[in-house]
Amino acid sequence: MSELIRKSASELAELLRNKEVSSVEVTKAHLERSDTVDGAVHSYLYQSPEAALIAAAEIDRQRAAGDSMHALAGVPIAVKDNLATTDAPTTAGSKILEGWVPPYDATVVKKLRAAGMPILGKTNLDEFAMGSSTEFSAYGPSRNPWDLERIPGGSGGGSSSVVASFQAPLAIGSDTGGSIRFPAAVTGTVGTKPTYGAVSRYGVIALASSLDQVGPVARNVLDTALLQDVIAGHDKHDSTSLPESLGSMADAARKLDVKGMRIGVIKQLTGEGFQKGVSARFQESLNLLQAAGAEIVEVSCPSFEYAIAAYYLILPAEASSNLAKYDSVRFGLRVEPGENATIERVMAATREAGFGPEVKRRIILGTYALSSGSYDKFYGAALKVRTLIQRDFAEAFSKADVLVSPTAPTTAFKFGDKVDDPLAMYLNDIATIPANLAGIPGMSLPNGLAEEDGLPVGIQLLAPAREDARLYQVGGFLEQAHEQVWGKRMIDFAPELEVR
Amino acid sequence: MSEITPDLVRHLAGLARILVSEEEVEQFTKQLGLIADSVATVGKAIDADTPATSHPIPMANVFREDVVEPSLSQAEALSGAPDSYDGRFKVNAILDEE
Repeated sequence: MSELIRKSASELAELLRNKEVSSVEVTKAHLERSDTVDGAVHSYLYQSPEAALIAAAEIDRQRAAGDSMHALAGVPIAVKDNLATTDAPTTAGSKILEGWVPPYDATVVKKLRAAGMPILGKTNLDEFAMGSSTEFSAYGPSRNPWDLERIPGGSGGGSSSVVASFQAPLAIGSDTGGSIRFPAAVTGTVGTKPTYGAVSRYGVIALASSLDQVGPVARNVLDTALLQDVIAGHDKHDSTSLPESLGSMADAARKLDVKGMRIGVIKQLTGEGFQKGVSARFQESLNLLQAAGAEIVEVSCPSFEYAIAAYYLILPAEASSNLAKYDSVRFGLRVEPGENATIERVMAATREAGFGPEVKRRIILGTYALSSGSYDKFYGAALKVRTLIQRDFAEAFSKADVLVSPTAPTTAFKFGDKVDDPLAMYLNDIATIPANLAGIPGMSLPNGLAEEDGLPVGIQLLAPAREDARLYQVGGFLEQAHEQVWGKRMIDFAPELEVR
Repeated sequence: MSEITPDLVRHLAGLARILVSEEEVEQFTKQLGLIADSVATVGKAIDADTPATSHPIPMANVFREDVVEPSLSQAEALSGAPDSYDGRFKVNAILDEE
C-alpha cells in the first residue's frame, strides 16, 4: 500500500507544490487502493480512472511550466453521485436515472475542475439521498470501513467510506437532514454542511430545495476547510446562492484557539436516548474546551421536539414536487406497459419500476401533506414549526458563539436493523435536522470511540448563518486537543481492511 | 387513529403517477399511518399567530442582468431523452382511444 494514500489533502498539496510527487502518482495511488478495497467497501457507483489520470497529467504539465496553481491543484477527489458530471453517469443512486450522462456540469464540479482536482469517480448514496444508511441505494449499500457489517451512514455513505478507507483524501457530499454529518460521525471522518446558500446547488439533483446544501468531506478539519474554500461562492445560476463571501475557512481552521468563546450545550440533545459511549465522549470534549478557556453554557431549544415531525413533512412535500420531473420524457427510464399505452400509464409504470420503496413512501407522504384538506394541518403547520426552531436558535446564539451536541444518538448500526422501520431510521437525524430547517452551518468531527462497541462517535458543532468559520475554529482546536490525548489521529485506530 | 386507508394510498399514488401493487398498498398503508400519526404532532407546537417560514435564509427579488449566454444545444437537451423525433421529445398519446 502506497504511503501517499494515508496523507491528508494539505500534506499532498505541499508535496505537489514542492514537486516531490506528481499528481499522476497521487491519483494512481488512490486508484490502486480502490482496486484492492472497493470490492468490499463499495464506495463508488462509477470510477473514472482514465479521466482522472488525464486531468492529473495536465496539472503536472501546468506545474512544470510554472503556471500559477490553486492550493489543492493535483489532489484527487470523489464526488457524490447526485452532482451532475458531463463525463460520468449521474444516477443519484436510482434506477430511474441509470446510465444518464448529464449535458452539463454542476457548478461545484466546474469549480473542482477549475482548481485542477482530478475526479476519481462518483460515490454511492441512498436513492435521491433519502436515507441514513445507503441501504436504499438501488445499486447496493456501501460498507463502513471500521466494520464491514455496519452501515457507513447516509445518505452520503459512499463519500464517508471513500475517505475513511483511504480511497480518496477528499469527497463532496450533500446534506438535507444530516447526510454529510451522520456519515462523518459513524466513519470517524469530518464533514460540514455549510450555511444554506454558501455553496451553489446548480446541477445538484434536488431532494428538498429549501434544505439541500452541498459540502466538503475529509479526514481532518483543515482539509475540510480547504475544500469548502474551493466550492463556496456566489453562483448566478442559483438564485438562493449568498451574494457575499464568508471568508477563508482554512484560516479559521489554523487558529487552534477557543479562549473566551462561549460554547452552548443544547439541553434537548443530550442525556436520554443517547448511547452511553456517545454521551461519555461528548462530556470529555466539553472538558477539553473548558480547560482551553472556553465558557460552557447550557441552552434550551424546546421546539426541537417537533423538528423531526416538521422535517418529515417539509422534505416529502418538496421531494414529491422535485421528483415529478422523472416522468419518462426528458431523461432516464421509460417503461411501456403494453401496446398503445397513454403517456399517463407510461409515467406510472416508469415510476413504479424506477423508484425504490423509500422514494415511493416519501412521494406519497408529500402528496398527502400538500393535498387540500391536509395542507394546513401538515405542511402549513410544519412551516410554522420551522419559525419556532429558528427562534430557538436565535435565542441560543444570543448566549453562545457555537452550539454543540453529539452528531447522532448511536454509533453505526448493522445492516437490516432499521431498514423496515422508517420511523426508527428517521430518529438517527434528531441532532442534525434542526440545522437544515434553520439554514445554519454544522460540522461533525471525530470524538473518540464508544467503549461498549469500539466504534467511532462524532461531535456536532453549529454556528449562526454565515458564521461557518466558527465551526472550523472550534473544530480545528478540538481535533488537535483530541490528538494530543489519543497520541494519533482517530482514523489511525481503524482496523486495516482485508485487501484483495 | 390514522386517516391513512388503502383507498387513500391508491388515490395518492395515482396523483403522484406511481403504479402500486396491492402488496405495496398494504405496506404503505401501515407505514404511512404510523408516520402520519407521528408527524401530526406539529399541530401541538404552534398557534394561529405563528408565522410560517418557507425558506431558511430570506431573500427576495433576486435579479440579474438579462444577457443572452450560451446554453444547451438542441442535441444536448435531447441527449438523455428515451425517445425523440425531429428535434423534439417524443411521447406516447396523451388521450385514450376511447
